[in-house]
Amino acid sequence: MKHSFLDQYSDLDSFIHRLDPRTKFIITLVFILAVISTPPTRWQVFALHLFLIATLLLLSKLPVFYVLKRSLVIMPFVVMITIFIPFIKEGEVAGSYNIWLWQVSVTYSGLQVLWNVLIKAWLSILSLIWLTSTTKLTNLLHGLERLGMPKVMVMILSFMYRYIFVVVDEVMRMRQARDSRHFGGKRLWQLQTIGNMIGTLFIRSYERGERVYAAMLARGFDGHSRTLDRLNFRQADAYFGISFSLVLILTSVVNLLY
Amino acid sequence: MEEIVRVDNLSFCYPDGQQALTDISLKIHQGETVALIGPNGAGKSTLLLHLNGILRSNGLVKVFGRPVDDKNLRWLRSKVGLVFQNPDDQLFSPTVFDDVAFGPINMGYAEVEVWQCVTRALDWVGMTGYEPRSPHHLSVGEKKRIAIATVLAMTPEILVIDEPTANLDPGSKWSLIELLRRLSITKVIATHDLELVRALCQRIIVFDKGRVITDGTTNHILADKPLLVAHGLARAEVA
Repeated sequence: MKHSFLDQYSDLDSFIHRLDPRTKFIITLVFILAVISTPPTRWQVFALHLFLIATLLLLSKLPVFYVLKRSLVIMPFVVMITIFIPFIKEGEVAGSYNIWLWQVSVTYSGLQVLWNVLIKAWLSILSLIWLTSTTKLTNLLHGLERLGMPKVMVMILSFMYRYIFVVVDEVMRMRQARDSRHFGGKRLWQLQTIGNMIGTLFIRSYERGERVYAAMLARGFDGHSRTLDRLNFRQADAYFGISFSLVLILTSVVNLLY
Repeated sequence: MEEIVRVDNLSFCYPDGQQALTDISLKIHQGETVALIGPNGAGKSTLLLHLNGILRSNGLVKVFGRPVDDKNLRWLRSKVGLVFQNPDDQLFSPTVFDDVAFGPINMGYAEVEVWQCVTRALDWVGMTGYEPRSPHHLSVGEKKRIAIATVLAMTPEILVIDEPTANLDPGSKWSLIELLRRLSITKVIATHDLELVRALCQRIIVFDKGRVITDGTTNHILADKPLLVAHGLARAEVA
């Protein structure tokens, strides 16, 4: 069975794609820090941030529609958490509505919190999409390793990247096998079947882990993860990293001027 | 011919109590291609895991005269290349390059050497240019070839392969057989694919229920129909 790549569009070629993954990772981190430390009332600064990330996305030649669609995937979760805040938070009332028996009122400060969370989540997710769509996951992992992320974590992430679709395939095959023998039945019975499937999947994955470990041992693995340093930090990385950071600092300064 | 693997009275019992191998003795000589054949569950894979020390038990397994023990483990694993049955278990890295480079890096080679090993191994199996690909997006036949390359990259003296043709369509199967034929190192192949055995191996060791049943030349054993039928390797004639 075929699945989409986790890091779709990461094999395009652009100035951004050629940057060192470490540069891009740090830029993303700094960008997110700058976004979340901006006070909610400074919409001009958010506009600047949006302009910056939009520029980065355009430079990367990513399809605009794809980026927008992906950035909206996370939104339902954010909205689910924040949607009630305007009704709960106390303050100056912006509007009052009667819904059936209850009278509910929306406050300005509540709306501000909602806007604050939404815009920050959206800008942050855009920068993450930018990072993952312009960097191959393997390179990103190498970069993280060079930046000092513990090797165990890097190994766990790389196994996850390798095996997530193998496991998904396994689940789909199990589901097909179930559905092709499915004759309805009570709800409780169905739940029991799902429980058994999860158990089976767990045991199969565990056994696969043992076989993978044997395969690693067979090629001389002795508990130490070794990798080659295949990244090179070029001049372009330095220029780009520095100039982007300067621009971000500038936005913070603008922020202070108000 | 020089004897390079020697197994003396090897018995092995899995932790759950299942007796997998009983009193196995055999020898492998330099340059041979030996088939281990037997029905499912005969203990072929268990024996293969002993040849490079993944499993160890009483009895003696010696490779090039050296016993399989902790001291020799690293050396042993560079000499005996073990290819697992399921390439999804064998290929655990995010890219083909990382996977083929895994062995050489663990052997402590310098970066240039690692690159050379990877390039050469991929060339041997006809997969040059696959370095940046993700194993998940390859076909089963391609995965098998890469799995063999991951082991060849360590330039082993003995290639040990578990079920190389399982799950392959006939086209991929025969091109894999051709590939194995071109590799001129000692090969031990566990299989129940008799076409592969006929095409590649000079010698056959028949296994069943954890014991060696017989050991002889390919022509001799493949002609012995009652033997093959008795051990689940051929169709019983319907009277």
